[in-house]
Amino acid sequence: MKVKRAKLSWLERLYIPSILNGFKVTMRHFFSWKRSEVYADKQSNFAAKTTMQYPEEKWPVPTGYRGAPYLVKDVDNSTKCVSCQLCEFVCPPKAIRITPPGRDGDVDREGAEKMPEAFDINMLRCIYCGFCQEVCPEEAIFLLKDYVITGENREELIYDKEKLLSLGGLDQRAYDHHVQEGVDEGIKKWEKKTQDAKNQAEFH
Amino acid sequence: MGWPRRSRCRRKVVMPEFITELLTNHPWLIVAIKVLGVFAVVMPMVAYSVVAERRISAFIQDRVGPNRVGIPFTNIKLLGLGQPLADGLKSFLKEDFTPGHVKRIYYWMAPAVSMTPSFIVFAVIPFGSMLGMQKMVIADLNVGILFTFGIVSLGVYGIVLAGYSANSKYPFLGGIRSSAQMISYEIAMGMSVVPVFMLAADPAWRDELTPAWKAYLEGTGLLNLSSVVAYQSDSLFSWLIFKQPIAFWIFLISIFAETNRLPFDLPESETELVSGYNTEYSSMRFALFFMGEYAAMIAGSALMVVLFCGGWTLPFGEYFNTPAQGLVQGIVHILVFIGKIAVFLGLMIWVRWMLPRFRYDQLMNIGWKRFLPVSLANIILTAIVLWAVA
Repeated sequence: MKVKRAKLSWLERLYIPSILNGFKVTMRHFFSWKRSEVYADKQSNFAAKTTMQYPEEKWPVPTGYRGAPYLVKDVDNSTKCVSCQLCEFVCPPKAIRITPPGRDGDVDREGAEKMPEAFDINMLRCIYCGFCQEVCPEEAIFLLKDYVITGENREELIYDKEKLLSLGGLDQRAYDHHVQEGVDEGIKKWEKKTQDAKNQAEFH
Repeated sequence: MGWPRRSRCRRKVVMPEFITELLTNHPWLIVAIKVLGVFAVVMPMVAYSVVAERRISAFIQDRVGPNRVGIPFTNIKLLGLGQPLADGLKSFLKEDFTPGHVKRIYYWMAPAVSMTPSFIVFAVIPFGSMLGMQKMVIADLNVGILFTFGIVSLGVYGIVLAGYSANSKYPFLGGIRSSAQMISYEIAMGMSVVPVFMLAADPAWRDELTPAWKAYLEGTGLLNLSSVVAYQSDSLFSWLIFKQPIAFWIFLISIFAETNRLPFDLPESETELVSGYNTEYSSMRFALFFMGEYAAMIAGSALMVVLFCGGWTLPFGEYFNTPAQGLVQGIVHILVFIGKIAVFLGLMIWVRWMLPRFRYDQLMNIGWKRFLPVSLANIILTAIVLWAVA
């Protein structure tokens, strides 16, 4: 095949105009800086550095994202899990292991019959399916936004109860995470449960 | 030995008796020290020009580049200035793999052959005026520029050897391209320097020099590179970049071609030849090619500084444009030289990320049909002007 070459003018063959133009373009990009969040609209026409400094900054995770499953606490900062073991039962890869407290276990909140003596999630096994969250009658376990699960050995990646609770934090966070604006109101099993309890009380 | 303020220098720098005695009895020691000194400056420059390349390329492409590695075992990042350490360590720890199909002896020789010439060039470059009582040039050759051209063109052998010994198609193509390219640009480069010496190698101007300069240049020939520096030391517009802009332009572009930098990196061209001549190399051998390329860039920049931009002088008065009397002044002159080199290195790096690679026929076209006639015309033009002035 014969490639048709465009006939260049004398000035073009000197290459100097295009070299100067190249300097202009590269200068513009070189002296660009990180686009700030605040002035994003104003700066949208400027070139900007697009690198994300990964461990320090992370992608914004969308609402409803299924990250690592953590245990959450209620508003009084006490454990919600009542050791019913439904999540352990439903977990497809058997990543969850719950040790029930036996007859006289400690409870850290009023109204709960029992709390798990040990609650381990093997993060190496977890497949982030979200079944545990769906099955939990107490809304004690939620798949939150964490997607970086790292450790130096396998033992480190079996998260125990304390770790899961501290990572999970308060209930509100889990609740907010699942509220999609304008789409649905998030998971509100507890609202329905409260209502049920009230109804029952009235019924008696 | 017509050094005028020699006694003052002596008093300033107190040196133990046995060292002075040792140095006077064994002059080669001074040369060895100079060689080590140059090496100790050039190697870090090579390392940091790699970092500069990566950072500048990143910034031009709207990235950030390596900004993590700082001082080892601490959290101090220093804008990624520890990167050469990590790179070097990586090269040393990687497997030194020799493919089964290569021609072994040439394969082992090639990296060294491509790296050494770029370092040898530094031997004749006057990188400073005086330090103590020593001229800051390792070998004060009167044929400095010829020596330089001879050595620079040796650099191509490493690449051709690498391409030949690798015994596979892409390195071979790279080697062929390299040889053709080097030959065509070598000629234009040599021609472009002729007008420089038509101006600088004129004995007339040397009579008007200050006594310090005369003492400094005593015994050197007119082709000596220090003499070119002296010619340009007068004022900013005595720099040959202003007197010979066409020669400078051709020389600059030929240096790009000689060092295989974009837009003339056809021997290497990652996209078409999968890295060309160094395809079959790994670990430290590859690093040698890499270091050779950057050392050649530094040597080329040093040549441009000496020939066209006044060497270690600055047109800011006595302190900067006459040979140094004391240690501090000598070091300042060396720093000025390094600074000028850095400017050219920056330019070379910048151009790499700005211009696309030339097609092979375009490259040959520019070399033979443009630069060669233009440089010849430049010689004739300079001759006519000189004749008319005389």
